[in-house]
Amino acid sequence: MATGVAAWLPFARAAAIGWMPVANCPMPIAPRDNSKKQDELIILNVSGRRFQTWRTTLDRYPDTLLGSSEKDFFYNEEIKEYFFDRDPDAFRSILNFYRTGKLHYPRHECISAYDEELTFFGIIPEIIGDCCYEEYKDRKRENLERLQDDQEENMDLKMPNMNFRETMWRAFENPHTSTMALVFYYVTGFFIAVSVITNVVETVPCGATANQKDMPCGERYTVAFFCMDTACVMIFTVEYLLRLFAAPSRYRFMRSVMSIIDVVAILPYYIGLVMTNNEDVSGAFVTLRVFRVFRIFKFSRHSQGLRILGYTLKSCASELGFLLFSLTMAIIIFATVMFYAEKGSSSSKFTSIPASFWYTIVTMTTLGYGDMVPKTIAGKIFGSICSLSGVLVIALPVPVIVSNFSRIYHQNQRADKRRAQKKARLARIRIAKSGSANAFLQSKRNGLLNELLELTGTEEDEQKLTQKSISLLESQHHHLLHCLEKTTAHEFVDEQIYEQNCLETALQTYPSRSPSVSSHDSSTRTCCSRKRKRNVPLPNTSLPTTHSTHQGPLQELSAIHIQCGDPLSHTASRSNLNLKTDESSRINCKSGRITTAIISLPTPPALTPDGDGLHGPPQRRPPQPPSHPPPLSIQTTTSSAGANIVKVSAL
Amino acid sequence: MSAPSSLFFLSILPSLHHFSLLLHFFTFPPFCLSIHPFLSVSLPPTDSSDSDLELSTVRHQPEGLDQLQAQTKFTRKELQSLYRGFKNECPSGLVDEETFKSIYSQFFPQGDATTYAHFLFNAFDMDRNGSIRFEDFVIGLSVLLRGSVTEKLNWAFNLYDINKDGYITKEEMLAIMKSIYDMMGRYTYPCVRDEAPSEHVDKFFQKMDRNRDGVVTIEEFIETCQKDENIMNSMQLFENVI
Repeated sequence: MATGVAAWLPFARAAAIGWMPVANCPMPIAPRDNSKKQDELIILNVSGRRFQTWRTTLDRYPDTLLGSSEKDFFYNEEIKEYFFDRDPDAFRSILNFYRTGKLHYPRHECISAYDEELTFFGIIPEIIGDCCYEEYKDRKRENLERLQDDQEENMDLKMPNMNFRETMWRAFENPHTSTMALVFYYVTGFFIAVSVITNVVETVPCGATANQKDMPCGERYTVAFFCMDTACVMIFTVEYLLRLFAAPSRYRFMRSVMSIIDVVAILPYYIGLVMTNNEDVSGAFVTLRVFRVFRIFKFSRHSQGLRILGYTLKSCASELGFLLFSLTMAIIIFATVMFYAEKGSSSSKFTSIPASFWYTIVTMTTLGYGDMVPKTIAGKIFGSICSLSGVLVIALPVPVIVSNFSRIYHQNQRADKRRAQKKARLARIRIAKSGSANAFLQSKRNGLLNELLELTGTEEDEQKLTQKSISLLESQHHHLLHCLEKTTAHEFVDEQIYEQNCLETALQTYPSRSPSVSSHDSSTRTCCSRKRKRNVPLPNTSLPTTHSTHQGPLQELSAIHIQCGDPLSHTASRSNLNLKTDESSRINCKSGRITTAIISLPTPPALTPDGDGLHGPPQRRPPQPPSHPPPLSIQTTTSSAGANIVKVSAL
Repeated sequence: MSAPSSLFFLSILPSLHHFSLLLHFFTFPPFCLSIHPFLSVSLPPTDSSDSDLELSTVRHQPEGLDQLQAQTKFTRKELQSLYRGFKNECPSGLVDEETFKSIYSQFFPQGDATTYAHFLFNAFDMDRNGSIRFEDFVIGLSVLLRGSVTEKLNWAFNLYDINKDGYITKEEMLAIMKSIYDMMGRYTYPCVRDEAPSEHVDKFFQKMDRNRDGVVTIEEFIETCQKDENIMNSMQLFENVI
């Protein structure tokens, strides 16, 4: 029952009194209407714009957000309104749906934004009224096609691990993926062109020799042309076989249009090889050579425009069919008329109706060769009508085909442009992302540096590192990442540093050093023993050159590579256990190596210590002897021969 | 269609219009007869279709709220609510018979309510001008919902008396009964037999027609109904509809 008609239900019930005197038995009791409250105005505040309507209007559709109790979630007690933080323009059409029962799609609205609004308010788009439904469907289809295009492009970039076959197939389908594919693409293109030109030049008369008449080049230089043909066909055959091998679904590939064209292009040659040269079949053999012209269709792999044209023709099949049908009808009609009109005249070329077909076609397409002309007056009248109607009949379906072609072509243009811009877009996105990642790392260092300053209690802490004031959101985000680090007992590092670490673990030998690691004996030692917050100078150690290279103002992470020796030789301590957990943590680096991160900061001049306090961060090169051991306890362990363990524990 | 070709076709249309005017002017009778209907498809509507447009532009505004309040037994708020519902369905302020039939039929999807709706329409349309205005609507509702039993019975009698001559004949009653049974549709239990309406009419007349003269007058009707307890009870059924 239409909900607008619900307003008339009281009337229908009242009119039922007309049945009462006729009835012979008592009537059932009417349901009680307990909710006797008066209809009230509801205020819907959508991003500041206030919409008001009756409650009963909204109750018409109880399975939507506004019609059910779901809207109570949005009720704001202070202002006594239902507040929705959505687009007020789109809300207009939604509220009109409740009022009139018809959902309209505003044309200026973006289709995905509109869909989102509908989903939010719980309205299914299928009830869009007829007036707007087609437009909605069209826009939705366009959007979907665009999304599919994007998805297809994305799929190109995925798939890191492909076997040889898949790589080959990808190379065939997208020549720009690798240089080999590009080379192959151009080589095949060149040979297609050569083959086509050969076929054409073969038939050109080459100039008469002394004793023979003018003969085509093909017959004069038979061997040369045969060699060229063989070469081209060999290339095509190899290409076809490779494609067949690489295709993910061979059966589907063999049925596809391009493969059929490939086969048709090379088959005449092989058939010609097989067949003998006797007279009766050579006629058929000559016919086969015609099929060699199909090689030109192989260019459609190389030209997108050709593909679009083919696709357009396929999608306009019904219009083309209509065109053909109407043309045929008109041709038959006019041919018949012309035949009978010209029957009287002598020496008429219109000998039969099929003979008149030729005249009709030539006239309707406004070609007008003039080889057949009507001579009688009636013939001339009908001939002129024929040519006039020909123009109309042909002009009618053409715009449809043209608009289809234009739409598809522009879509492709857009896809190409998007692809070209995509690289730039991705690069920009990557920079933005790494910017935020760097921000986290930087704030970590800053924050920890500040901690360090406080802990060491030097006079330098007045000159705290100027910290960029970060927003609350950022600090919360950083805290979150921090918690993750704690949970997994890993740390976030910079990408370059990470790669370098991996490289270095593979290459470096690890100098043994007597570790002197300062660790705070307070309870700030965390479970992650790797968390060294400063570059602790190691006495008697030359801080290994395994540290990453200075990179100017950039912060850098350097690693001290620890060689894990025999676990048994560790003194059992909490940090040992932590060490063990760290062992398994590093991926993609050789096992048994533990990489810790030393954060070395650039040298802000203000922080240069005077042999005191901060010996760590500013200078890395000269490892300064620890000048104030008391707050820092140095924990050293030595392992059995050869392997020293540098334990790094948190401050 | 691409822009150029659409422009091309658009440019043809005015010229077709002028062409038809030319025809009018020169009055080629045989050509006129054959070509003119073809051309008028694309032309603006001629005089014959203007009257169709007229009806849709007719609007009706109801009398003031105070007068309606005086005429009916509804409160101001009830009248407001009724009018809002009425105007929402019929923005022009008038309900014609077709709209009325379609609205009423929606409540009885299984059967055919159009005949009964026709009778109802005539019962509401008191001035018999082919359309129900809001005043008719609300006055009728007032009687049905807030009227005394006698008034309601009067209204029912008016409904059954199709030609409004003061007598209910058997034919009138049969028509009414058939329309009521039509609303039931085909799928009923037990199946509606063809004689059911006439049997029902006979029973009705047996009850109502005191002097056995083949017609039921208003006095007979009211008297009989007041004596029947079932009917009296059912008259009170819809008191609280609004």
